[in-house]
Amino acid sequence: VTSIRQACLALALALPIGCAVTVAEAVGAGARASQIDAGRQVYVTGCASCHGLDARGRPGYGPSLAGVGAQAADFYLSTGRMPLDAPDSPPVRKPPAYDARRIADLVAYIGSLGGPGIPSVRGAARANVGLGAFTDQCAGCHGVLARGGVVTGAVAPSLLSATPRQIVEAIRVGPYLMPRYTKRQIDDSTARDIAAYVESVKRPDDRGGWGIGHLGPVPEGMVAWLVGAAALLVIARLLGERTQP
Amino acid sequence: VRRLLRLIGRLALAALVLVLPRARRPQGHAPAAEPAQAGLPAPPASRHGEALVAAALLGCGAAAAAFVVAYIAGARNEVLGASLSAALALLALALATAGRGLVSQARGVEPRPSTEHPREEADVAELAAEGVAPLDRRRLLVAGGVAGCALGAAALTPLASLGPGADETLRRSPWRRGVALVAEDGRPVRASDLEVGGFLTAFPAGAAKQSLAAPVVVCRVRPGELRLPRGRKGFAPEGLLAFSRICTHAGCAIALFRYPLSPTTTGPGPALVCPCHYSTFDVTRAAKPISGPAVRALPQLPLRIEREGRLVAGGPLTGNVGASWWGVRER
Repeated sequence: VTSIRQACLALALALPIGCAVTVAEAVGAGARASQIDAGRQVYVTGCASCHGLDARGRPGYGPSLAGVGAQAADFYLSTGRMPLDAPDSPPVRKPPAYDARRIADLVAYIGSLGGPGIPSVRGAARANVGLGAFTDQCAGCHGVLARGGVVTGAVAPSLLSATPRQIVEAIRVGPYLMPRYTKRQIDDSTARDIAAYVESVKRPDDRGGWGIGHLGPVPEGMVAWLVGAAALLVIARLLGERTQP
Repeated sequence: VRRLLRLIGRLALAALVLVLPRARRPQGHAPAAEPAQAGLPAPPASRHGEALVAAALLGCGAAAAAFVVAYIAGARNEVLGASLSAALALLALALATAGRGLVSQARGVEPRPSTEHPREEADVAELAAEGVAPLDRRRLLVAGGVAGCALGAAALTPLASLGPGADETLRRSPWRRGVALVAEDGRPVRASDLEVGGFLTAFPAGAAKQSLAAPVVVCRVRPGELRLPRGRKGFAPEGLLAFSRICTHAGCAIALFRYPLSPTTTGPGPALVCPCHYSTFDVTRAAKPISGPAVRALPQLPLRIEREGRLVAGGPLTGNVGASWWGVRER
């Protein structure tokens, strides 16, 4: 008797939830369709001049956006790298040209053309593992404390204003000149670890009280040499001044 | 080299023979009362200290000999460093102990003006000479000779790495036809590991990663972009290229890869960049240097894709790895 009652109770509880999920899905699909439409309208006015009305790209202006996915669209739009002032100017971080709702619309439209979706950054992340992966794969250009650097013909940007989602997206997209990394090279959990490491270097814990520009070991070594050399001079002076008994 | 070592050993021995007997000279007359009279303490004539000095010198010799053996056997740098530093530390211990325990610590203060007291000056000199411990220095002579010879040998052994015999080492490479590419953790590298615009570091399977010629950087471009020289048509299956990771300018590890997403991007196309001096190598033209101080192209490793997409070397590297040295003519 108890088990039947429990089953009835479960059914009674589950039915409305099930209905609600179905309704939500239908509403969601409808909302998504309208969002894609809205995104397409923004696209035609803001992006089509370079990427083409059908988003298949225009030679000499902009590449095709079919298959780049919501991931690349979200990265380029939320970091303000797109739209560009001119087709040959390098994409650099700017305040986004569109508000969050319009970006969501555009991302939905580009995502509807196929390609990977926006990666999830939820889940446990270990900054110490991220340090290792970042040093291996990213520090060559961005510097070990993510303050940026240079490559031939371009600037590797500082990552201090990048959100964890943008970092994980950039690893997969390889924006502008950056190489892109497959999941076999940097898996999803390591990508989150890298993002956690970058979060941790935004406010470094300067145990010594002075970060020396957070540029890494070179200025630290210079300071050590200067302090060490001064200490040696003082010691030499004291030895020389030692009085005779 | 062996003759040179013997010569250095003899020189060290001769120097010791010359120096130590002087210390022994005052052995004959050393009454303890005389220095005490002048208010100078007699040196602690300690057999214990002498034994310690001898032991430290012998240990120094043993450690230096270990360095020589380790160097010839090709041991790790840590072993070389540890043995040499142990030898020098034991030498320092021997000298410090000798200075502290076996040589008189008495100090004569010379009153000014010095030239007006020649007699006192002579007294002080005499006292200092008498202060040396009347000990049998034969053991120390032997131990010092051992330490000197071994340290001299240790200092000269690295000379074996110079000269005409060294070129062969620099030209040696573990890459042969059929050697598989593995990642740092030993996993096989597959073609699917890289998308267009990606790069990674690979090593030869079953060979030492420390070897200069071992690391290669593998990158992927669109096959249509390739402008490889005529003889290298089959080197880059599916647009996968492999080059030595060691920059031909100063031997840094190439760590930067720029891959423009769109042809509208300004500057050079797909290129490997060395972070030390920004030497830039155009990968589509077989790593030809296009900017920066390097003048030689990176040696290329021909690739083949075997079953399951595994990458395998299709032959040896096309040139000499690393910074240019004497006798490298290729450009």
